[in-house]
Amino acid sequence: MSQAIYERSAGARTGQRENAWYRVLKLLGKLLLQALLITTSFSMLLPMLWLISTSLKVSGKEWAFPPQLIPNPVAWSNYVDFMRELPVPFYKYILNTVTITTFATLGTVLTSSLAAFSFARLRFWGRNRVFILVISTMMLPGAVTMVPTFLIFKTLGWLDSFLPLTVPYWFGGTAFSIFLLRQFFLSLPYELDEAARMDGASNFWIFLRVIMPLARPAVASVVIFQVLDHWNAFMGPLIYINSQQKYTLTLALRTFQNTRSQRINYLMAASMIQVLPVVVLFFTAQRYFIRGISVTGLAGR
Amino acid sequence: MATTTITRAVRLRRSRFRGLLWRENLDGWLFIMPWVIGFLAFTLGPMVASAVMAFMQWDILTPAKFIGLTNFRNMASDPLFLKSFGNTAYYTFIGVPLYLLTSLAAALLLNTGMRGTNIYRTLFFLPSLTPAVANALLWTWIFNPDFGLANGILYLLGLPKQQWLFDENLAKPAFILMGIWGMGQQMILFLAGLQGIPDQLYEAASIDGAGLWRKTLNITLPMLTPTIFFNLVMGIIGSFQVFTTAFIATGGGPHYATLFYLLYLYRNAFDYFKMGYASSLAWVLFVVVLIFTLIQFATARRWVYYEVEEAR
Repeated sequence: MSQAIYERSAGARTGQRENAWYRVLKLLGKLLLQALLITTSFSMLLPMLWLISTSLKVSGKEWAFPPQLIPNPVAWSNYVDFMRELPVPFYKYILNTVTITTFATLGTVLTSSLAAFSFARLRFWGRNRVFILVISTMMLPGAVTMVPTFLIFKTLGWLDSFLPLTVPYWFGGTAFSIFLLRQFFLSLPYELDEAARMDGASNFWIFLRVIMPLARPAVASVVIFQVLDHWNAFMGPLIYINSQQKYTLTLALRTFQNTRSQRINYLMAASMIQVLPVVVLFFTAQRYFIRGISVTGLAGR
Repeated sequence: MATTTITRAVRLRRSRFRGLLWRENLDGWLFIMPWVIGFLAFTLGPMVASAVMAFMQWDILTPAKFIGLTNFRNMASDPLFLKSFGNTAYYTFIGVPLYLLTSLAAALLLNTGMRGTNIYRTLFFLPSLTPAVANALLWTWIFNPDFGLANGILYLLGLPKQQWLFDENLAKPAFILMGIWGMGQQMILFLAGLQGIPDQLYEAASIDGAGLWRKTLNITLPMLTPTIFFNLVMGIIGSFQVFTTAFIATGGGPHYATLFYLLYLYRNAFDYFKMGYASSLAWVLFVVVLIFTLIQFATARRWVYYEVEEAR
């Protein structure tokens, strides 16, 4: 009995000694990892800090070498003053961008959710083959269709209007949104549809009243990615919009870059106006971002 | 008597069932109709049109003229086509593996469960949300040879100033650096992939005496191959189409060092109004991307590990 206790305590002692070493090593590892994480985070953050810092510098102070990270004095007025450098009132650009974003997103949500419902919950001839087609359009380089699509809209007389940037999204939205919604619809129990069908509900009613009310998180992800896409869009507006009155925010930034004054602090302030809403959106809806991106990864399967 | 009622009931039920099936077929197609029309009008139609235009000479103002393979023949002797193709290949085949490595490393780092992981994840991810135009403007300023942050850091380290985007040899690496900064989305995908690996696998390996290195090599990486595959395929497709950054930051310079394929295509179409030549360029891009995608799918069976497919 006592022998056993002795052995056990001896074992415990060597265990403790190993444990101590192990703990030191583990602590060192942890410290190393933390140091790595902190330095990487800082270097990821640095360009952002530089953007914010430059946007707040008094004109003239941005031309300093070596660069100063803390602006002194802080020129909040840059955020108002830069607007005077642009040929059109600044709110116009925002309004144009918001208009395009709203109509394109609305079309995407309505038509892609209907298609996704069909792909997930209805059995129809050729379904899987068509769905593979949807997925494969994700991999199609947009450049291939760019020139003819431009010519279509030119023929329709839609150039220099918002139509080429919104109307296509009323035709099934994007492959990504269909895919994301379909994945979500697949996860809902089929008893819901069957019960409603027993009661004589039509497929459209099931879509509208049974499935869609449950799909809010997936719809939120789609909306967020659509808003982001249209808010950031550059090539589309560049090709289709010509008059300053109809410029989007991204085109305005581009104009800004070419103005005579070349005030980098103003340019950075204007860029911040584009970045800030995205950051705010991210922090208010972080989980939808992460979920949306994670679901795209499934498209690879 | 009894049998007839039964058969009638069966027949009735069958016809109702068939009606439902028919209804489902009809509704199924009806609901995807917007997409089908959009696909025909904005994807397939333009693709066919583009294929036809590739054999034409057309400046929009005068009628199109059929010129056979001339566009493709011209490409072979077009130094800017070759240059832009080379630039894009460089950007893709150096850039994409680097993005994969850094995003994977970041994801592994975040997956260690250190304190503050949520904050680090946010900080790693945020740059990828920077809108492309703002991103390009910001990095142009960072790489400013006189007052930029990049040279400021070199100065702190006691290194000589660089010309960055004005240096033919540094411009493309500078672009790749911008790309690495924006690798957040791939990282999130890797994180999702890592979290999908069942703990039992690690536990079983621990019992067998496997260390961290072995576990990473024999469990983590194989289980992540679907994500690696997805990021690789989409990364290559995406980087073949790099446009906005070059358009804003360098305009293709210096000495065409950042004249990427899509930028050159855009110029042919919308600056020089060579619609036919632009279409042939577009088709070459399409075929090249398709070949690379198909190669990846063909080799996938050898190195991508899939769990049992889900049914339905």
